[in-house]
Amino acid sequence: MNRGPRRSGIDSLKAMKSQKSILLRVLKLILKSYKWHFLIVIACIVGATMCTLQGTLFTQTLIDDFILPMLNGTISPESGFADLSRSLVRLSIILAIGVLCTFSYNRIMIYVSQGSLLRIRKQIFSTMEKLPISYFDTHAHGDIMSIYTNDVDTLRQLIGQSIPTLVDSLVTLIMTFVSMVILSWQMTILSIILISFTLLASAKLSGRAGKYFGQQQGNLGRLNGYIEEMIEGQKVVKVFCHEKESIQQFQSLNEELRTSATRANSFTNVIGPVNNNLGHLSYVVCAVVGATLAIHHMASMTLGSLITFLTLNRNFSRPITQVSQQMNSIVMAMAGAQRIFALMDEVPETDDGYVELVNATVDSDGTIRESAQRTGIWAWKHPHHDHTLSFRRLEGGVTLNGVDFGYVPDTIVLHDITLYATPGQKIAFVGGTGAGKTTITNLINRFYDIQDGKIRFDDININKIKKSDLRRSLGMVLQDTHLFSGTVMENIRYGRLDATDAECQKAAVLANADGFIRRLPEGYQTVLTGDGANLSQGQRQLIAIARAAVADPPCLILDEATSSIDTRTESLVQNGMDALMEGRTTFVIAHRLSTVRNANCIMVLEKGRIIERGTHSELLQMKGKYYQLFTGMAPENQEA
Amino acid sequence: MIKILFSHIGKYRKASILTPVFMIGEVMMETLIPYVMANLIDMGIRQENMQRIILDGLLMLLLACLSLLFGILGGKFGAEASCGFAANLRNAMYDNIQSFSFSNIDRFSTAGLITRMTTDVTNVQNAFQMILRIAVRAPLTLILSMIMCFVTNRELSLIFLIAVFLLSVCLALIVRFAMKRFEQVFQKYDNLNASVQENVSAIRVVKAFVREDYETDKFNKAAGNIYRMFVRAEKVVSLNAPVMMTVIYLCIVMLSWFGAQFIIHPLNPDMPLTTGALTSMFSYVMSVLMSLMMLSMIFVMLTMSIASGRRICEVLNEKPDLTSPVDPLKQVASGQIDFNHVHFAYQKGTGEDTLNDIDLHIRSGEVIGIIGGTGSGKSSLVNLISRLYDVTSGSVCVGGEDVRRYDLEVLRNEVSVVLQKNILFSGTILDNLRWGKSDATEEECREACLLACADEFINQFPDGYQTRIEQGGNNVSGGQKQRLCIARALLKHPKILILDDSTSAVDTATDAQIRKAFARSIPGTTKLIIAQRISSVQHSDRIIVLDEGRVTAFAPHDELLKTSQIYREIYETQTQGGGDFDNPSQIGGDAV
Repeated sequence: MNRGPRRSGIDSLKAMKSQKSILLRVLKLILKSYKWHFLIVIACIVGATMCTLQGTLFTQTLIDDFILPMLNGTISPESGFADLSRSLVRLSIILAIGVLCTFSYNRIMIYVSQGSLLRIRKQIFSTMEKLPISYFDTHAHGDIMSIYTNDVDTLRQLIGQSIPTLVDSLVTLIMTFVSMVILSWQMTILSIILISFTLLASAKLSGRAGKYFGQQQGNLGRLNGYIEEMIEGQKVVKVFCHEKESIQQFQSLNEELRTSATRANSFTNVIGPVNNNLGHLSYVVCAVVGATLAIHHMASMTLGSLITFLTLNRNFSRPITQVSQQMNSIVMAMAGAQRIFALMDEVPETDDGYVELVNATVDSDGTIRESAQRTGIWAWKHPHHDHTLSFRRLEGGVTLNGVDFGYVPDTIVLHDITLYATPGQKIAFVGGTGAGKTTITNLINRFYDIQDGKIRFDDININKIKKSDLRRSLGMVLQDTHLFSGTVMENIRYGRLDATDAECQKAAVLANADGFIRRLPEGYQTVLTGDGANLSQGQRQLIAIARAAVADPPCLILDEATSSIDTRTESLVQNGMDALMEGRTTFVIAHRLSTVRNANCIMVLEKGRIIERGTHSELLQMKGKYYQLFTGMAPENQEA
Repeated sequence: MIKILFSHIGKYRKASILTPVFMIGEVMMETLIPYVMANLIDMGIRQENMQRIILDGLLMLLLACLSLLFGILGGKFGAEASCGFAANLRNAMYDNIQSFSFSNIDRFSTAGLITRMTTDVTNVQNAFQMILRIAVRAPLTLILSMIMCFVTNRELSLIFLIAVFLLSVCLALIVRFAMKRFEQVFQKYDNLNASVQENVSAIRVVKAFVREDYETDKFNKAAGNIYRMFVRAEKVVSLNAPVMMTVIYLCIVMLSWFGAQFIIHPLNPDMPLTTGALTSMFSYVMSVLMSLMMLSMIFVMLTMSIASGRRICEVLNEKPDLTSPVDPLKQVASGQIDFNHVHFAYQKGTGEDTLNDIDLHIRSGEVIGIIGGTGSGKSSLVNLISRLYDVTSGSVCVGGEDVRRYDLEVLRNEVSVVLQKNILFSGTILDNLRWGKSDATEEECREACLLACADEFINQFPDGYQTRIEQGGNNVSGGQKQRLCIARALLKHPKILILDDSTSAVDTATDAQIRKAFARSIPGTTKLIIAQRISSVQHSDRIIVLDEGRVTAFAPHDELLKTSQIYREIYETQTQGGGDFDNPSQIGGDAV
């Protein structure tokens, strides 16, 4: 659960470079769809900054051009005030434009930032949906979730606040710099030298702050992980009276977090005062040097321009402070963006299949034609190299031929699996945990791809079949039932989106689910939340069976639940399952006696190999592993 | 709530007091500096008075140094105080959680507790730092700047009053509307995340039904909705900057006009307004309005953190409802267990009792099987023995004494439970085993593992007993995990051992082997075995049959087959077509 940027000093340079490329990528992502918006925003920021600058500079104009001449009597108060009122009107217009610019860019930025976030959210979700099962099997679900919650939030901060601040600061810096150069390049050089101290100090401080901030995130991640683990296991902690040890360990992790957090915050807090007062220092030095120059009429310095220059000089350090204060959120956002991009860059499930499943009609002479309507008859449409098409009726026959498979290339967990299931047959898999039962079913619907051998569906290599069509022809009822937020009806309809209410209900009747659904407070319209938390496990299973039934696939993969449900619901589930299996090719990970007894063929698996196969009675007569499993007369020290 | 939270400041009290003090110093310096600056320009530069320039310059540097010193110290102490406070809060919460009983734990979700200890504490920490620093700084700047304005020129200051009033009203309105809209968004936002969560955990279903596009559409719609709501809320917030600027600019224009008027036609000829004073008025205008802006921000942040504070207090205020008695018994005499007319309900006073009038007497060293459907109260029954919950009425006695008279630690060490939902912790296998006995030698651990049939697979790991277990024990199979958990419980050498459905993932042969090993090696220990499979309990001395919180039968297997209808039903479903295939019971014969 350790997340966040935790890099040692050695590869911090590399990290900086990768951070830059991440920032660029974020910008590219925004610009892709908001190029014009962004340009307008920049234009508005430039406008707003220019107008603000006018406001700042007006003080000097007011004093030098109006008040002092009027006081000295160079111009009469009447004409002076008339001129002043005109200038003020002009200034008001400029300032109003400034306000308008500010308003516009703030408004547009909402659309840019929220729109970009929307795009990012959509993109990560659609990418995620396309990822192979192996991604979900190898990544903690909490980590995936955190991308949607924490990481997208850090980007919101970055796009909505940090980037406008950066642009604003950059524009202010450039404009101020240009004005300063126009006033006096000599003084500008002096000012730049002084400012570079501020820059140096800011860079140092925010660098340190960033480092401790990274440490803080790391420590927070570790603490988070510890809390998660301990609270998840809190009951075990209680049972073993392990509270003292657990508090001790927590306190040491907490202390580490406190130390790094204090350091990170100290440095961040100090940046403001340091920059500010270095600015004051620069002000004083510039005032003394500038005054000396002006009094001795050197470097074309006048008193008026000196005062203006000093004002500009004061404005110079503000953007630097602003940028350094944004550093923390930038660092955080970069780490978040990195994880977001990592997800976006995951390779989606590949699908080179070209054989499609189509609705079909069968003529009296047995030829199959594609049909636009739903006919209840399905066929595989198989295009060939010579651009001809051939059709084969969907029947649900599955063969595996010499299949080898490993989740990681080097460790093969299934060896040379060969089996035949003609349409309508029931194949049962039995064997101990880790024997490879679930793995085989994961291969048939291509949740995982095989390393060697062939799997054929209706005599077509499953690699040639479009994954979506393959999976549509395979129903699945898993041991862990997952339901979605929504009504019971919607959950059943999940199996086939165009199923009518009547069809869904028929499926529920078939699955033995109708009875209990009717007794729910709102019947089929009862809203399920939190994975169907308001239902018992058995009831959830019944809905899952109905869901598979409404899809009406020719072939089924069933993972029977071990009997952890109460006996009454269990018999309902059993009967539901049996009804569902009727007339379909079924692969079942069997736990129940009735299932194995009725199976056309039982595969006994051990350590990834089929060691025995046959019907129930054949296998019993063999007196091999199956007999042992069945009778429980296992020799000592035998692992099933 | 605030009182409870602040009572955890503890040793960071000094830093918490020093921070505002230094902040006050910094603010004072910052208010004085523009004044000196104005002097430097007025008296120095305009009068071409080099000496004055240098003197004022030095004075300004001195003030700047002081301001820097105060600023650094304030920043440092502020960080120390707020981070220390946060650490104390986390410690206090964790300590309290450790004292929670099972029923306390049931009330909070894991995710909820984690959020409280991380996100919520961070919110409170930031709010606290803000109170110490900004909440001192902003009003003080406001007041001092106002005072300086009035000192400089009373009439011009009236402009400020109008501006401050105007801005306050606008900001208050913005904050109010924005908060309302944001609250709505965040609720929807939570829903969106909940649906993502659903998708992640049910990805197999999504893929099996080829519903990727359907789900993506659903998500896009919801995300689009969130987008519109966010835009609506942020539109309100985006008014902040323009409103602020408008007020500032209005002030600048008005100050320019009236300032010029007052200088040329002084109202009070003895005290004319100087140009320098006018310049410093311009800087005070900024300070006043900026601090107002900051105040509105603080307000928003504080209201947001109030919810966090409340959630933290919920954990801190939760009283553990099980504690050791004042003068506890430190010895458990035997493994005898008695339930005397026990009633038990998870929520006292409401609803039905989970356990109803349980009256059982188990002799020391007996092997007892417990069987019954889900929700029949099997786990509840055994959880009362090690006092993980307290009875509602009646009493549970261990070794002839009421469990409520024992020291909790002593009781739980003598009554070792292998929980149904069991968990291994990250660390080596040995580390995990030593939870049972912290000073156990490797030899002892191995013995326990031999009994639990865990030694055989541990030895197959390349690192043996030093193999690292990942968080949640995800790198060992379910059956291996269960066996390790049994070994861990055995290391306590308890007088009573309770297995709560602890061998469900272990194959039947091994299950039988473990039971045989128990009978051989720890015959004196009272053993209670909850199981779904008849085969796991049928060899027990006696079997308890539970149904809806009542004991319906309590007898050996053969007798139950004759007398208990429920037992016979379970037996029949499990053996005649309905049961576990993995079931090794002696049904082989008649099944063929």
